[in-house]
Amino acid sequence: MTFEEIDNRGKSEWEALQKGSHILIGTATCGRAAGALDVVDAFSKELARRALEVPIIRVGCTGLCYADPLVTICKPDSLRVVYNNVTPEVVPRLVEGYIAGDDPCLELALGTLEGDGEEGVYIPELPRFEHELRLILRNGGYIDPENINDYIANGGYSALEKALRMSPEEIIEEVRRSGLRGRGGAGFATHLKWELCRKAKGTPKYLVCNGDEGDPGAFMDRVVLESNPHEVIEGMIIGGYATGAKEGYIYVRAEYPLAIERLKIALKQAEEYGVSGDNILGNGVGFHIEIAAGAGAFVSGEETALIAAIEGRMSTPSPRPPYPAESGLWGRPTLINNVKTFAYVPLIVKRGGDWFASNGTEGSKGTAVFTLAGKVINSGLAEVPMGTTLRELVYDIGGGIAGDKRLKAVQIGGPSGGCLPQALLDTPIDYDSLREAGSMMGSGGMIIMDEDNCMVDAARFFLDFSTKESCGKCTMCRLGTLQMLHILEDITAGWGQIEDIDRLLALAEDVKAGSLCGLGKTAPNPVLTTLRYFRDEYEAHILERRCPAKVCPNLTAYYILPDRCDRSCEHCVLTCPTEAVKGGAGEIKHIDQEKCVNCGTCMDVCPPEYDAVVKLSPITELPVEDVGAKERGIKEQAKQVA
Amino acid sequence: MITEEQASKLVGKILSSYKKEKKNLIPLLQEVQKDLGYLPGKALQEIADFLEMPAVDVWGVATFYNQFRFVPLGKYHIQACMGTACHLAGGKPILEALERELSIRVGETDKEGNFSLERVACIGCCMLAPVIVIKDKIYPKMTPFKAEEVLIPYRQETQKGES
Repeated sequence: MTFEEIDNRGKSEWEALQKGSHILIGTATCGRAAGALDVVDAFSKELARRALEVPIIRVGCTGLCYADPLVTICKPDSLRVVYNNVTPEVVPRLVEGYIAGDDPCLELALGTLEGDGEEGVYIPELPRFEHELRLILRNGGYIDPENINDYIANGGYSALEKALRMSPEEIIEEVRRSGLRGRGGAGFATHLKWELCRKAKGTPKYLVCNGDEGDPGAFMDRVVLESNPHEVIEGMIIGGYATGAKEGYIYVRAEYPLAIERLKIALKQAEEYGVSGDNILGNGVGFHIEIAAGAGAFVSGEETALIAAIEGRMSTPSPRPPYPAESGLWGRPTLINNVKTFAYVPLIVKRGGDWFASNGTEGSKGTAVFTLAGKVINSGLAEVPMGTTLRELVYDIGGGIAGDKRLKAVQIGGPSGGCLPQALLDTPIDYDSLREAGSMMGSGGMIIMDEDNCMVDAARFFLDFSTKESCGKCTMCRLGTLQMLHILEDITAGWGQIEDIDRLLALAEDVKAGSLCGLGKTAPNPVLTTLRYFRDEYEAHILERRCPAKVCPNLTAYYILPDRCDRSCEHCVLTCPTEAVKGGAGEIKHIDQEKCVNCGTCMDVCPPEYDAVVKLSPITELPVEDVGAKERGIKEQAKQVA
Repeated sequence: MITEEQASKLVGKILSSYKKEKKNLIPLLQEVQKDLGYLPGKALQEIADFLEMPAVDVWGVATFYNQFRFVPLGKYHIQACMGTACHLAGGKPILEALERELSIRVGETDKEGNFSLERVACIGCCMLAPVIVIKDKIYPKMTPFKAEEVLIPYRQETQKGES
């Protein structure tokens, strides 16, 4: 098919849809987790019951994950209204009100996509959209990811059509002018990779899209693939044409089954429409894409390890040079870019490198996509121009910290990144500023921590992750991180010595120097940044046996304040999983510290009007007879673990 | 439970749909595990024979990746998320509660084959942290106490099966 034919087909189908009412329901993994599929069922049943024929479109994610399940009701010549946190119970009301009738049920809505705000919240004017600039997320949640026509009707594949009229060199020049840097974390200049691969000798050439998004707490790539897979596919095809690769692989984590399913559908449609295959849009250019499903290894995100995984081997990294652009998959020149990097390519080709470069900062162009999670109110995704500050991201877009808590740290870049303190909230988000602060852009996961989070425990958590995920090839990464982990475990258990801090610093340098790939080179970052910005917490653990955030179980005890305990209430006694809470009817309740496992259930269930359960740290704040019991309990539990 | 013979037949059928290329090793392991629920030693040997590679290499790859299992899962497989957001929101006491309640450690299946417990690093719904997943159903905003409650209907189900 020619581009004109598919373009007409896409647009006419889209226009036909817009002429009638339809319902958009966010069914990416985040929506599903919040119950979106039950909402889809409820709508189907209610529409069938009323014999209404209104299409339900399962769209991707808008990034407002905190509001999931999100439903948008679109009616011709009426406002499009977005409803948040929809449950099956309210569905009959929405159908009755706004589909059968004309009541937009604004009391249930997050807001409207049109109008002047008189009807309630006008969504584009939410504070977050003052900062956001949506480039690769622009269609997420509005188009059907399983229908290529939706993508085409919104400008999809027109960049490919344009690219095929350009020479490969012209495309690479546009990418150079755009200043695009790899979105996988390291920030290598994209055009250099493309040029190297184009000029490299050897055929066939390969192209790999890296969707092995392994950082816990980061899910941008998943959202892009689940919400708009064609955007990535189009970028890959353009990349193939520019570098001379005819075969592409898209490597997706096994933990993302929905992304794989939607990609499969998208790839099939792309073949049918002739935008991929042997003769793309009748231009004689060929490019095929295969999906490679990961099998669960964090290290696979490293490009040489990724190559090993696709070849069917253990995913361990190899020394560079040679770089994959010269010798990659099966020893052939291979272009490897992240999902988001490819997703930017169609826009750059269509609107020009200069346009892209007009956003962002001197050294970091365009936008950055972040996931916000942790103790932030509006968890989800955001796309902001490079140079936006952390403060804007956390407070204006994320809505600040839940409860009346104080922000303690922002963790960026997962196990490879670092924890930045409140004092650095005005740091602009770009590759270089973050690196200077000791963190890194990483793939874009951002976790917000508040005063209830222990920074030593957070460092221990990340190191535990890196130790488990180390492939074992380099001794320093395999054993050095383990030693660091043991030291951190000692500190959080109350057995730390002040010399441990210097040991950690020395080991961190050795692990960095002695590791081949990014995993080992960056694994000490969470420890180094917490030591740099939160050294006082380490010292409190070591010198005072005190956990300031009252998290570490050996240093913290639950205690029932006798003068606050109601005596007649038995919530804590009945719910304690280890029968550690003692006290009969009418008696003041008391925790047997020897049996207590610090699960916190008593604190959760104690009615707020009494609020009698508190956490104490150090444990010497307990009445003296309880301290001995707690110490015996710690010894007993340590024995069990051993 | 399927018999060894049935398993062998299934593996044979899967193998016949693949080319003898080394790059198919991981997809083969994935498909066999999908159908059998785990990777029995015999299936690994059959894959090795099919691809004409040493069995030790097949074992090496299979044990390298987190996805592959060598013991059958319980009837109800429980995943406790230990991603960053879940950890910070108190994921560890929940995992401990599940271990205590089911009397198994992480990575184990109970004697009756009813429950198995796994820790996973981030299933990507951080706004619901901490979460546990039982048979693909996500339970949001858990506490140790709530996690115990979530188990109740599953336990009743298994007891029904036994009586």
